[in-house]
Amino acid sequence: MSDNIIIKIHDLRRNFQVGDEKVKALRGVSFEIQKGEFVTIMGTSGSGKSTLLNTLGCLDTPTSGEYILDGVAVQSMSKNQRAVIRNRKIGFIFQNYNLLPKTTALENVELPLLYNPEVGAAERHRRAKEALEAVGLGDRLNHKSNQMSGGQQQRVAIARALVNNPVIILADEATGNLDTRTSFSILTLFQQLHARGRTIIFVTHNPELAQYSSRNIVLRDGKIIDDTINPSPLSAKEVYESLPNDND
Amino acid sequence: MNITNLLKIAIKALNNNKLRCFLTMLGIIIGVAAVITMLAIGQGSKESIRAQISEMGSNMIMIHPGSMQRGGVRQNADNMQTLKIADYEALRSLPAVAAVSPNVSASGQIVNGNNNYPTSVSGVAPDYLDIRKLKVKDGSMFTPQDVKTASKVCVLGKTVVDNLFPNGEDPIGHVVRFGSIPFTVIGVLESKGTNSMGMDQDDVVLAPYTTVMKRILSIDYIQGIFASATNEDDTDQAISVISDMLRSNHRLAEGAEDDFDIMSQQELSEMMNSTSDMMTVLLACVAGISLLVGGIGIMNIMYVSVTERTREIGLRMSIGARSIDILSQFLIESIIISVSGGVIGVILGLLASWVISTVVHWPVSVQAYSIILSFVVCTLTGIFFGWYPAKKASNLDPIEAIRFE
Repeated sequence: MSDNIIIKIHDLRRNFQVGDEKVKALRGVSFEIQKGEFVTIMGTSGSGKSTLLNTLGCLDTPTSGEYILDGVAVQSMSKNQRAVIRNRKIGFIFQNYNLLPKTTALENVELPLLYNPEVGAAERHRRAKEALEAVGLGDRLNHKSNQMSGGQQQRVAIARALVNNPVIILADEATGNLDTRTSFSILTLFQQLHARGRTIIFVTHNPELAQYSSRNIVLRDGKIIDDTINPSPLSAKEVYESLPNDND
Repeated sequence: MNITNLLKIAIKALNNNKLRCFLTMLGIIIGVAAVITMLAIGQGSKESIRAQISEMGSNMIMIHPGSMQRGGVRQNADNMQTLKIADYEALRSLPAVAAVSPNVSASGQIVNGNNNYPTSVSGVAPDYLDIRKLKVKDGSMFTPQDVKTASKVCVLGKTVVDNLFPNGEDPIGHVVRFGSIPFTVIGVLESKGTNSMGMDQDDVVLAPYTTVMKRILSIDYIQGIFASATNEDDTDQAISVISDMLRSNHRLAEGAEDDFDIMSQQELSEMMNSTSDMMTVLLACVAGISLLVGGIGIMNIMYVSVTERTREIGLRMSIGARSIDILSQFLIESIIISVSGGVIGVILGLLASWVISTVVHWPVSVQAYSIILSFVVCTLTGIFFGWYPAKKASNLDPIEAIRFE
């Protein structure tokens, strides 16, 4: 059972110095995430969820506490070591997609593999193509990022997060910029990925989304106030299909 | 991260901003082209001066009577009568001296029928041709026999011929008059054109020195001696031998001032080289400054680029780019700009040099070292001016960079 633990954090604390004031963004957060879980992390702004996401994503280091990602202690790693961890073990998805402008979908998805010297050009190309096919964009490989809709751009971003075969996918308000219908189509994609065994952490301030994940963690003022397993998540696909199509 | 991937990333980024990239390059292009062209012009003028001097006889030595004090009054060198035919005879016996000729000159009007021309007659020995690298085109030079008998013959330069024989008759055999003395033209010199100081080298009338001394000037001294060393490298040695010989001939005491001046063509060529060297340095400075300005242009644009692409940098970092990867990317971008600017600049510089030599007819000589130099300099410029912005990019905090608006 313990072999299946992807993330283990214990008593995670993070303080910031803002002027003379000391801000405690995280005040002792502990949880474990198993392989194959779809976790939503909820919280209003200022609850510390962004700080938690940055820490989980190895962009930031905690002031104190323990963080073990896929069996590796991260909190004591150097900047460069964390960059390599991000490249091999983590897939990021952002609210505003963050695709490279004037760049094709394929090139955007290939990007993480360019920073991995173990992957050759042919394999990079093949894996990027596979990832785009997995998110349903197999027919738009050579579309440039500015020629695509928001939903399509977010799918490219998801493919980019998948291409390095990460142990964990971190999504930061991944549906925040999208209309309801497109949001549900993206959410459907997340559920499909979850069904295929991916481990996903989805950070959002939208409480509605908790119904579609397998576990929900709620943060307030830097502490966990609720951590519930959802035994029977709703199907985003059904909601998506029930919503009227704009073309009707 | 391997270098091919880095190159790919950098080229892709530059490709997204073609116009800006080109404008940045323009600074380097102009700088490099200017360096190459300026150095080519400088070198070209230096080479043409050298060629003209060696045409005049690179191992030529000129001896003039020196200025001297007489009773406390410094005399004009032209009035001195210290050089004699005996000096000339003595120099002829020196092995270090290949050829030697006295020189006396008289100016006046030379007349043929109703054509006349103001010029001066140089009284010389037949060796003068070798010393000045002159050639007789038609007819022949006068002989030592003519010198001995002070015969009234002369050899004319092209300018004189053109003025005295405007209808193109063959001057050989004609009798021309210099002052009241008739001279038979026995030869015409090959044209040498204008020298680097703008003097017409074809405006000459050569006659035996004995004729000029006795029949025109009525003097027993000579105004100068032209000699040539066996070769250019031996010039200095020949000068010291000549100097010793003249001092002993003139019975100058140890420590007394020379009563003659010796000048070699080498001194002249060194003097002119130093002038054109200075011009080359000045031109190169101006060109170098424009290269520097081009480099600052790169730095400026890379700064803007880093700020503009903060989000992109944040993204690259969050998907696993290390600081060194970001640093390399921006450094490679600026190196690509400067190196390709350098290549275009070299081509443009060669083109400009070619245009200058064919259209304006300036002497131009492109130097291999100037191409290599400007190439190395602009690569270093790229690294130097790209470093700081690249360092700034690589030091960004990914958390802040990715949320940068």
